[in-house]
Amino acid sequence: MSKRMDGDLVLEIPTDIKSITAAVDYVMSRCVSCEVQARRLNLNFRVGLTEALTNAMMYGNGADPSKNVVIELVMGEGQLQATVRDQGVGFDPTSVPDPTLPENISRPCGRGLFLMRELLDEVWYNDQGNEVTLVLRLESGGAFEGSASA
Amino acid sequence: MSFQVSKVNDVTLIEVEGQLIVGNRQELKQGVLDKLENGDLKFVIDFANTGYIDSSGLGVLVSLSKKIREQGGELRLSSLNEDLRTLFELTKLDTLFRIADQKDQALEGF
Repeated sequence: MSKRMDGDLVLEIPTDIKSITAAVDYVMSRCVSCEVQARRLNLNFRVGLTEALTNAMMYGNGADPSKNVVIELVMGEGQLQATVRDQGVGFDPTSVPDPTLPENISRPCGRGLFLMRELLDEVWYNDQGNEVTLVLRLESGGAFEGSASA
Repeated sequence: MSFQVSKVNDVTLIEVEGQLIVGNRQELKQGVLDKLENGDLKFVIDFANTGYIDSSGLGVLVSLSKKIREQGGELRLSSLNEDLRTLFELTKLDTLFRIADQKDQALEGF
């Protein structure tokens, strides 16, 4: 890893798709004190983080167990921010087609990035395309909001 | 994730327990494909005991639906919780599948 991270939580885990749920559960356990609507945390943030980790391991690191994924969690300033970085060469996120278009609806892949963008208030990649940052604002934001409350 | 397979008349009912995610999606896919190869054509997958399906799990359902349709059959889904409904609606997959509130409704008139 070339870049140092300074979040409230920094987690470096080897590529293993069977470890994704445990990693997400651990990160979520650190977010319980956040004053965010429960469903936005448990649906929006959890799904976004799960998809980011899946993409990092499956496509970024090519499922190579010798490569790691780093998760940085920053809480505060009215938002929850997670950054996920893999050791791959990166990709162009604008090249991923909209999976909801009629011509793409029957394709088995391509929904992870779409869900991240739908469920989080902000999603951006670094220039290389191997690091994604997800932002969930603690107050009601523009992303999908459920009806359940905390 | 585990799943139970049973037969209700000529419909194959698959009841999933636990999350359908990237780490286990192939197990469900292979289980359904085995039944399809055996000649089963009508499938209901029930998610009454499933809290979460990730995009890989959604992709497996799309892939299975396509393969079953190619054989002249149909895959129906049932018992999605509120969060799963939301994911299907956001991805517009609710337009691809017939989704029933409960498995009995999915089995009805199949």
